[in-house]
Amino acid sequence: MSTAQARDGAAVELSGLRVAFGKTQVVDGVDLKVERGQALALIGESGSGKSVTLRSILRLFPAGRSRIEGKILAAGKDVLALDTKALSHFRGGDVSMIFQEPLLAFDPVYSVGRQITESIQRHEKISSKDVRARALALFERVRIPSPERRLDNYPHEMSGGMRQRAMIALALACRPQVLLADEPTTALDATVQIQVLLLLRELQRDLGLSIVIVTHDLGAAVEVADRIAVMYAGKIVEVGTAKEIVRDPHHPYTIGLLRSRAEGAMDKGSRLQTIPGSPPDLANRPPGCPFAPRCFLAEDRCRKEMPPEVELSPGHRAACWFTDEASSAYRAGPQPVAVEMA
Amino acid sequence: MLLYILKRLITVTPVAFGVSIVCFLLVHLAPGDPLSAVLPADATQQTIDDMRAAYGFDKPLPIQYAIWLWHVLHGDLGVSIATGRPVAQEVGRAVVNSLILASVATLIGFTFGVFFGFVAGYRRNSILDRVASALSVFGVSVPHYWLGMVLVIVFSATLGWLPPTGAGPDGSGNWRPDFDHLRYIILPAVTMAVIPMGIIARTVRALVADILSQDFVEALRAKGLSEFGVFKHVVRNAAPTALAIMGLQLGYLLGGSILIETVFAWPGTGFLLNAAIFQRDLPLLQGSILVLAMFFVALNLIVDVMQTALDPRIERA
Repeated sequence: MSTAQARDGAAVELSGLRVAFGKTQVVDGVDLKVERGQALALIGESGSGKSVTLRSILRLFPAGRSRIEGKILAAGKDVLALDTKALSHFRGGDVSMIFQEPLLAFDPVYSVGRQITESIQRHEKISSKDVRARALALFERVRIPSPERRLDNYPHEMSGGMRQRAMIALALACRPQVLLADEPTTALDATVQIQVLLLLRELQRDLGLSIVIVTHDLGAAVEVADRIAVMYAGKIVEVGTAKEIVRDPHHPYTIGLLRSRAEGAMDKGSRLQTIPGSPPDLANRPPGCPFAPRCFLAEDRCRKEMPPEVELSPGHRAACWFTDEASSAYRAGPQPVAVEMA
Repeated sequence: MLLYILKRLITVTPVAFGVSIVCFLLVHLAPGDPLSAVLPADATQQTIDDMRAAYGFDKPLPIQYAIWLWHVLHGDLGVSIATGRPVAQEVGRAVVNSLILASVATLIGFTFGVFFGFVAGYRRNSILDRVASALSVFGVSVPHYWLGMVLVIVFSATLGWLPPTGAGPDGSGNWRPDFDHLRYIILPAVTMAVIPMGIIARTVRALVADILSQDFVEALRAKGLSEFGVFKHVVRNAAPTALAIMGLQLGYLLGGSILIETVFAWPGTGFLLNAAIFQRDLPLLQGSILVLAMFFVALNLIVDVMQTALDPRIERA
């Protein structure tokens, strides 16, 4: 980890990132920094732009149909300035990615081992004997039982948890500095989820990896991440350490997410709170704060002006006009919240 | 894998048996007396009865079938009523000619079909896609006997570049792979290739489009593969289905080329069948239908085995 920290700059730094597909502004000005050796979780509802933010780090969009603005620095490289060849070496070599559904993310007609050796041979000159040994070592590293035999398995011959481990092995094959994970546990059984999260955490510590993990599961985020960024409608509404976000939230949306969890003590008969309404239409964005129509604190000002980011403590920021009110509302404990529907 | 092939062979046996019954019955259920075509109009009842006995037509159908099947299993398809030559010999020669024509046509159709299909699948909704799609719709819908005649009018009658009919300069029915014979195969092969080209192009376009939209393609890009590297994966995923379609098309062409072989007087099975039907040459008709049907059965088997070998998700057990 000391060598990783010795290099200059953050592992990932996004400034003013905007991504649009046609007229739909999916990511609308994201600033984010992940230090080397750190894990950051991006959380939010479906359609909040978190997966798109993640994919933009690898520029995984068809060129003609998307527009990326801003600046993306990852593993010391200016991603938007890379040419096709440099980009393909950057992908998988410097920054790699694991996907939500490993069954769909592996090519069904190649064995898993072959797909790993293919990736290594793409990035390094290596003999076919050595490459097999490398793949085997990776399988051992992610603790796949009887790894020698499993290398020859096809994706459909593995269990979900094993496939995700194999996916992680594939992502680590070329010793990347940054690992991107797009909902890595969503498709897995609850018992397997925690194992995969612990494995990610362990690998991050042992290999000095920097991780960006996208999830809508706050529990998973707390489990692996040092810092959490909450996204809503293509913007980051609150960012801070995992502890700050969970214990001391200052944005009404973060509070809504925390309260809508079914975990912890719930009195019998009490209702699980939800955030009313649904996320805005990104192609037709209203002025002001995008969360205002669903917010229990919203006033006229919120619907007219986008609130600036407020620095609550070093590294803990929230974009809301009423951070103090939100914070004290949260401290007062769960209570029915008055909601004005637009 | 060997076990799988063996199992498939066993399941094919009843199919082949059923096919032989249908072949036999089809011909017998059709109206018309086969002997009336060869016997003179003033033949005596005695002659007719003798001939019926000689060909075995006097026995009940099940017995006739059993005898016929017994002979077939020994490689004896009987003797052609019209020519007096062994049916096996006639059919064998025709099958070789048809196989050559169908193979060349399938090869042309497959090559162009796969090319158009990939271009259209990769560049969906582009002008190239529209052109390729239009060509494949044309290929599927144009009547091929009409196309054959148009090609003959243009390239033989008007331009005089290629011979209009036959399989070779000597007028004989044996095709050889040399330049002179090659000139004879071009027009019928191109005419015949148009249908498989259209079908393969449409299938491959849909396949490629579907494969490209799957998650693993994004994952392949994410691990740094070049576009060519991704392309290899797409080909490997499209191959089982594309080959299956090609195999079935080859089968259709083998049996379904009566019109084209007649237009071009190509001495293949279609031409032979046509002649056998018009001459009510029962043994010849039975023999050629049976051989064609068996080709289809064998082709299906080969396609199945190939698909299993290419796609690990198909059970081998």
